[in-house]
Amino acid sequence: MSTRVGAEGSFAVADAVRLADVDVVPAYPITPQTHVVERISEMIADGDLDAKFIYVESEHSAMSACLGAAAVGARTFTSTAGQGLELMHEVLYLVSSMRLPVVMAVADRALSGPLNVWGDHSDAMATRDCGWIQYFAENAQEVHDLTLCAFRIAEDPAVLFPVMVHMDGFHVSHVVEPYFRFEPEEITAFLPPINFPLPLDPNRPVTMGAFAPPAVYSECRKAQEVALRSTKDRIAAVWQEFGDRYGRLYKPIETYRTEDADTILVAIGSFNQMAAVAVDSLRAAGQKVGLVRLRLWRPFPLQEFRQAVRPAKNLLVFERALSYGGTVGPVCSEVKAALYRQKHAPAVMNFIGGLGGRDMSPKQFEAMFQRGQEILNNNLDIEYETIGIRE
Amino acid sequence: MAKKDFEMTWKDIPLGAIITEPGNASEYKTGDWRSQRPVLDRAKCVKCGLCFSLCPEPCIVKDDEGYYVADLYYCKGCGICAYECPKEAITIVQEEH
Repeated sequence: MSTRVGAEGSFAVADAVRLADVDVVPAYPITPQTHVVERISEMIADGDLDAKFIYVESEHSAMSACLGAAAVGARTFTSTAGQGLELMHEVLYLVSSMRLPVVMAVADRALSGPLNVWGDHSDAMATRDCGWIQYFAENAQEVHDLTLCAFRIAEDPAVLFPVMVHMDGFHVSHVVEPYFRFEPEEITAFLPPINFPLPLDPNRPVTMGAFAPPAVYSECRKAQEVALRSTKDRIAAVWQEFGDRYGRLYKPIETYRTEDADTILVAIGSFNQMAAVAVDSLRAAGQKVGLVRLRLWRPFPLQEFRQAVRPAKNLLVFERALSYGGTVGPVCSEVKAALYRQKHAPAVMNFIGGLGGRDMSPKQFEAMFQRGQEILNNNLDIEYETIGIRE
Repeated sequence: MAKKDFEMTWKDIPLGAIITEPGNASEYKTGDWRSQRPVLDRAKCVKCGLCFSLCPEPCIVKDDEGYYVADLYYCKGCGICAYECPKEAITIVQEEH
């Protein structure tokens, strides 16, 4: 049976990696991910996990070693954050194009400069188009569950893509909170051994990462894109099976009090929990407001999102990243694209805050609700505003 | 390869564009890149084999009579053989496509 323990989100990730019985962990420490790999390193040293920990000299090497390990069919995990994720950047595309089922936890962090190690989604959004499955966990329990699910999803013969599990740096990675930790025997049936279909093997030679000239590159890209999009239903099916087995159900898009809502807040990551508190206060004050939490970010669950926001006249999208010089933030950009040409599409307003570890209180989400109403109901010519920044 | 790369649709692309037939690079027609080709004058050739040694492709092979000739399936028309030939037995002529 599961044991209820109190620990950091980072330890909840490490516990999931131990339960998944991974084979190889190439990793380089970086705040706020450090406790994940420190804990895994301890588990290996203590004999609690039979895996090879590769001490690499950089994140570029970490992801390159992940690629090699996964290519021979090993169950492979790494973790990083912020600048580390940026340093991995070019290798991320190789892993997804080769369809290697690497799992990575990212403790999302701001990008320099100025130098800042705290929570932010700039790193996640910079990797938006790298071809990985990406989803967000909001607390220790979720990141424990969703890291385990990530191995099952990545290695599913109908999926075979790398998976990035996002948790907010510090707000999830470093907060000590209770979660139900699985026992190994509970996981066996849910997570069978890895069986990559075309590993590097001298007895059956294959070439991975060959070049593709203009005559065939476009076909390779389209094949990858179609395959990634088609994983959405499998991801939802794995989460459904997880829910049926263990009683905690995750969905690509999750809603909170959106029935009859005129106004819907949309957010991604742990600040959804602040937004939910604000929704309760606003509901108590008679406002018809609800919350849509984006769980699955890539592939983007287009139909589910459109369905979830259908009741609303106004959408208020909150996010923790700027798109320098863009129209709106990256999440809102996606939301607007998803709704364009929809009949009766809601009006959309974007708020950007929580940058570089800046907290957001429920009161600020309530203020966002008031300000959003003011802008949208008066049709003011404003695409986005920052919130919680001294003017 | 069952199909040449320019014949494959996106549905023909194997998982991860992984190549399961080792050595199939030899099927790749680098001769397509050529805009000029070497022509050997057998009256001048002394069969020294310098062109064979120096061809970067290497696509120059010995024929039944001992002459060294370029395999135009692979020859990219770089002209190094003509430049290096001590007897000026090789001339480079423009391809007429």
